[in-house]
Amino acid sequence: MPIVRVDKDLDNHTMTVVAEYDAPVERVWQLYADPRQLERFWGPPTWPATVVDHDLIPGGRVTYFMTGPDGERAAGYWDVVEVEAPRRFMVEDGFADDTGQPNPDMPKTRMELELDERGDGGTTMTVVSTFASNAAMTQMLEMGMEDGMSQAMGQIDAILAEAG
Amino acid sequence: MVVGLLSPPETDRVFRALADPTRRDILRTVLTQEHSVSALARRYPMSFAAVQKHVAVLEEAGLVTKQRRGRESLVTGDFERVRNARSVLGAFEQLWRDRVAQMDQILAEDR
Repeated sequence: MPIVRVDKDLDNHTMTVVAEYDAPVERVWQLYADPRQLERFWGPPTWPATVVDHDLIPGGRVTYFMTGPDGERAAGYWDVVEVEAPRRFMVEDGFADDTGQPNPDMPKTRMELELDERGDGGTTMTVVSTFASNAAMTQMLEMGMEDGMSQAMGQIDAILAEAG
Repeated sequence: MVVGLLSPPETDRVFRALADPTRRDILRTVLTQEHSVSALARRYPMSFAAVQKHVAVLEEAGLVTKQRRGRESLVTGDFERVRNARSVLGAFEQLWRDRVAQMDQILAEDR
């Protein structure tokens, strides 16, 4: 399996996915840079994605919708913030309504993708997803980080185990 | 993101609620046994109002429930919701596991 690691950091409300591919950085980049390839993996197997607009440049927008098993649709968009082809991009992933217009009431998730060349010609992909924040949350996060803890998912498991 | 699989405001609230060690400790405590807000407040070196605020954040995320008994406000952990919170985070992880596997399939066609 190409997944190497998934870390959930509750203190920083991020999830980091690290995956290894036996393909060069430029090839893995194409999976995101080419809308026809992007739509082949962005949706879950039962919710295939269709990419509508694809402007992967700073200030650009990528729009897509996914089609569920009963024909229902879920639309989303990326506001593209930073792009350093072919190794790095950062987007804000949000929800859109049926017409493809961004839904401002839904929180956005920041997604930062980085591709690094491995010595053997393969690629390490690191994707950091940061869940939506607000001033109050930031404040609480700062409180949470005072003790410098970086707790992973195991915490919830531990809480559940303790409570028996 | 898929609305049908994940409710992002819920994910957000859960992350926010669990992003603080005091709140995690409160949750741990009230999952084992219900506590009044004042009893909780005595456990931490902070004001009653601060503890009350922490409880409110946990309540907003649905991880604890509050019940009035006389002059006391009793806080109980919602075991099922904590379990669900775990699966909400798990669903997001699954989304990425699927993406990584599908990316690998596309790359395999090159070979």
